[in-house]
Amino acid sequence: MPDAEAVARGAVATGRVEARGPARPGSTLIWFCRRKPLGAIGASMILLMVLTALLAEPLSTHDPIATDAEHTLASPSARHWFGSDHLGRDIYSRIVHGARVSLIVGVGSTVLGSLLGGVIGLLSAYFGGRIDLSAQRVLDILQGLPLLVLALVMCAALGPSIPNVIVAISVPIIPRAARVIRASVLSIREMPYIEAARALGAQHLRLAFRHVLPNTIGPFIVLATAQLGSAVLVEASLSFLGLGVPEPYPSWGRMLSGSAAEYARSAPWLVLFPGIAISLAVFGSNLLGDALRDTLDPRLRGTS
Amino acid sequence: MSMVIFVLLRLAPGNIVDILFATGGYVNDADKAAIVRELGLDRPIWVQYVGWLRELASGDLGKSYRYDVPAWQLIRPLIPVTVELAILSTLIAVLIGVPTGVVSAARQDSVVDHALRIFSLAGLSMPSFWLGMVIILALVAGAGWIPPVTYVSASENLPLHLAQFLLPALAVGYRSSALILRMTRSTLLEVLHEDYVRTARAKGQRGWLVVCRHALSNAILPVLTVIGVEFAFLIGGLVVTETVFNLPGVARFLVQAVLWRDYPVVQNLVLFIAIVVILSNLLVDLLYAWLDPRVRYA
Repeated sequence: MPDAEAVARGAVATGRVEARGPARPGSTLIWFCRRKPLGAIGASMILLMVLTALLAEPLSTHDPIATDAEHTLASPSARHWFGSDHLGRDIYSRIVHGARVSLIVGVGSTVLGSLLGGVIGLLSAYFGGRIDLSAQRVLDILQGLPLLVLALVMCAALGPSIPNVIVAISVPIIPRAARVIRASVLSIREMPYIEAARALGAQHLRLAFRHVLPNTIGPFIVLATAQLGSAVLVEASLSFLGLGVPEPYPSWGRMLSGSAAEYARSAPWLVLFPGIAISLAVFGSNLLGDALRDTLDPRLRGTS
Repeated sequence: MSMVIFVLLRLAPGNIVDILFATGGYVNDADKAAIVRELGLDRPIWVQYVGWLRELASGDLGKSYRYDVPAWQLIRPLIPVTVELAILSTLIAVLIGVPTGVVSAARQDSVVDHALRIFSLAGLSMPSFWLGMVIILALVAGAGWIPPVTYVSASENLPLHLAQFLLPALAVGYRSSALILRMTRSTLLEVLHEDYVRTARAKGQRGWLVVCRHALSNAILPVLTVIGVEFAFLIGGLVVTETVFNLPGVARFLVQAVLWRDYPVVQNLVLFIAIVVILSNLLVDLLYAWLDPRVRYA
């Protein structure tokens, strides 16, 4: 049965390829953990946050928005692990659910902002000339404002809702992303393989998106990881000021505002735990972002 | 820039009139329309924009919708508070950031280096408003000292005034010091590998003298740029910190004005912040050229 044999041989061949396939990312992972232990710690903190966000229901002990008039401002105990707030809501369950909100807003705005900025940076650098110049001026304007001030005004303009918060936070990320991608496209554009592709008759859009864009993925990942932390932080600040994620979604930032400050002296757990959650999330993404930058950006190797 | 701010604000759902009426608790459509007309909110956006520009050009910053007084009158007394806070925070950031950066670079990859980097990264990760709240809580619990709820001016009670400013400045400055530490560390590491540093070492100069006198003077310039860039970052931090510490500064006022949809105040404040940021960047660039003879602007 020559056919079956051929199939079997094919299976062995593909099997080998498959066996090699998954092994490579695995060993890369081990190499990364050994080389950058801090980065690995950061990555596991982010992973923990993602898992918490995904498994918020089974992980929480109470309904995050259910009030309980009999157990208001309860101190941390077996019943309320992190205590309860002035309405008797369980802080632990709210933090677990808050991870979901923070992650959605953080990842959403980072992805949106980096993608928009990335496309602007790509087109701006690829076509150059007048397009580049005008795009750069608009980005200069956006960058002239502090991140939080811009997000604050955007948020007020759009009104409080989760999609609006995502958009508001993504706007200040656009110029940063555009800068990074533009710089890397400028150098990639001059590479011989781009010239080769052009010689083969590739059109502009194909060149830009097929040949140039995939090679900017390194700086892009570094940028996105670094921005994730600041996006989470801005979301917390906006919600703290009452302009971010609206009720009834439990948000870490809003858990710290208003009533928390009022009752903080008698119930410090109201302030402590949500702040620790924010800090850990941002710390994790900063650690990971630094390690990725060191690994993916050869210019910084050894110095930072 | 001014156009972006202006259009964004006008796109906002809900204007000051709605909010005023909502808090007033009654709605009379005729009254409402009259106020909208009086404030000029019924005109097309571009007419409002041109009107604003004309006022700006003649030095008139418009009137606050909420307080019915010129916006400038409201903003002016707030500026010293924010400037003082910004200067104190920058000072603290430099005082923490530069020495730790130097130690970190001189003892690269040692335990001290790792500890300092984690310390600075932690500063970058904590929301400054939360850090401020924790500092207050710790003071109340540890020393039994409750910071004043209202603003105390310098002429009234100088020590209390300083204490009131030092805490928020510490919360903001610690955060900003992280960026300064990183920049100091990485530029210093670069400079330490240069030939003239090796020459200085070969001549038998002491380790710390080489680091501080020979290397640092060349490494400090990029750090200066970061301090300039930092300024924008710092103002962002002040927005929340002034709110937490209840300091009557520009940033806290901006938040209130945004919540009130007080357009003249918001657009002028945002423009003001943008100008301050741009000026501080320009200042740093000029300083850079003055300090480093290798950089000359044509």
